[in-house]
Amino acid sequence: MRLVTHNMLQCHVRGCNVNNYPLQLSEVEIEIQETEFNSQFLRSMIRKLEWSALINSAREIGITTLPEVLPDDFDEDFLRNIHRVLLETHIQQGKMTCPNCNHVYLVRDGIPNMLLNESET
Amino acid sequence: MLPTPNLDHLSSKDYEQIYEPSEDTFLLLDALESEITFIKNEINPCICLEIGSGSGCVSTFLGQLLGNNSTVLFCTDINPNATSITVETGRRNSIYLDSITTNLTSGLLPRLYHSVDILCCNPPYAVTPHEDIYSKNIIEKAWAGGINGREVIDMILPLANDLLSDNGTFYLLVISDNKPDEIREKMWKQYQFHSEVVISRLAGREKLIILKFRRNGRNIND
Repeated sequence: MRLVTHNMLQCHVRGCNVNNYPLQLSEVEIEIQETEFNSQFLRSMIRKLEWSALINSAREIGITTLPEVLPDDFDEDFLRNIHRVLLETHIQQGKMTCPNCNHVYLVRDGIPNMLLNESET
Repeated sequence: MLPTPNLDHLSSKDYEQIYEPSEDTFLLLDALESEITFIKNEINPCICLEIGSGSGCVSTFLGQLLGNNSTVLFCTDINPNATSITVETGRRNSIYLDSITTNLTSGLLPRLYHSVDILCCNPPYAVTPHEDIYSKNIIEKAWAGGINGREVIDMILPLANDLLSDNGTFYLLVISDNKPDEIREKMWKQYQFHSEVVISRLAGREKLIILKFRRNGRNIND
């Protein structure tokens, strides 16, 4: 699971509707897989991100290189950094905990599992 | 013609766990290929999403058409075997797929609200008794569509309205038993989605059809 995916995931346990995003990352195993840089795609993708959620989640997995506030201009260095964090950093194993209801979703072999038991939906 | 993604890594054992790419899958590939100029020029997609990716064949092909790393390709499936095979199929074809194990799009909304530029789905469309859509048999779940084969499709239609960006496009595979005209009318009446038939093909007794849906112009509010 890349952080671009994690940025889109929210707890969906029945009745858990507030403060349920972003899911907190813990016990993660990280793998870096290099991939082609595409600045045009990154520029559009950045606009679709919840920036504060991204910097928090990145911090939870030990990445502290992102600026607190999204800059107005995206220079090459900034985009290269985002590329690394968003698209090349893979969470292979880990836990994602809802900050509201504490439900734990697992990431196994790089794939987040968002399925709930029938009683939770 | 872009070749069909390489699926040599999949064996008959895998096809006991996941839906085997078939005529329907290949029709969806043909539809996407015929649409590629439109997709690139008119949509210029940033986020793609496939609901029920199965083998991963469709999203891999879309990735190949668009070029790796020019979009993000989210793939969901309720079957954990399918989500891992989806990743593997992408990897074998040098396409990275962001695979998520979930029911339809649970956990992705509201974040992906009005954000998906290309949505595609080869849903469980076969006409079956209602209870078959809840089958414990994962392979049956991949094709059982309940009454008129519409029960899962009818769950996906409102999601398309939630997910599609202003400029987004939804490609849906259906068969004639699913009453495609009724689906199109419903999408128009409820969500003001324009629709057209991209391509259709007879496969045995079934007529397979790819429907394409778009919002009625830009900046439509719900």
